[in-house]
Amino acid sequence: MDRHPSRREFLRAAGSVAAGLGLGSIVTSTPARATPAEMQEAIRKVVGSAPITPGKIKLDLPPLIENGNAVPLTIAVESPMTSAEHVRAVHVFTQKNPQPNVASFHLGPRAGRARVATRMRLADSQTVIAICELSDGTFWSDSADVVVTLAACLEDGI
Amino acid sequence: MASALINVPPRARRGEVIEIKTLISHTMETGFRRTQLGALIPRDIIRQLVCTYNGTEIFRAELHPAIAANPFIAFSTLATESGTLAFHWTGDNGFSATESVTIVVE
Repeated sequence: MDRHPSRREFLRAAGSVAAGLGLGSIVTSTPARATPAEMQEAIRKVVGSAPITPGKIKLDLPPLIENGNAVPLTIAVESPMTSAEHVRAVHVFTQKNPQPNVASFHLGPRAGRARVATRMRLADSQTVIAICELSDGTFWSDSADVVVTLAACLEDGI
Repeated sequence: MASALINVPPRARRGEVIEIKTLISHTMETGFRRTQLGALIPRDIIRQLVCTYNGTEIFRAELHPAIAANPFIAFSTLATESGTLAFHWTGDNGFSATESVTIVVE
């Protein structure tokens, strides 16, 4: 019977041609995403079994991001930053990037002010979490929901 | 050789909180991208930035592939004494860069 191939058949044939040219892996090259469970695991690896309470830390990220390749973020913690009471470390995690870890910043009383800024990549619209460790051993967190229109990590290969 | 930019106020009052901004040119290749032929591009990132103030470590950052290319990191410190702020970046494939600035504290 002489009929046009269906869309499915056409795509399958095109796919096998592409694979024959060694291009097939482009289709399947999307990296595995970190799942929220992996993020929890990564957080536990840093925090241990200590409880994490929302508050004290402020994660500032633009809510709508046009380009996920360089997203400015600022983390500020309410702390007097004295030798008795200061921020020891600030950690940043993501839900849906290929890896949950983003960065860890180690501060001390000599920081004067617990405020850190950097630029990160975001692979998808997701929740970003910042966790700070205070000198008394407690952990505090803040999260920000972001919408990403152009994702990082997915640009064409070189 | 990587080029780095450091922004620190040249002079400050004793006890003042100064902001330090650092920027270094680096591709921060994530290790998740592929070439058009499907070969994985190996990871090549800066793993760590350490800042010392007259030899004492005041700030350390551990970076992962989720940090954008040309890592920008801003933080602050107390201006305690005149001296040198030294910055040392280390990363994959033996990457290492050092930069230092002087500050006058009155």
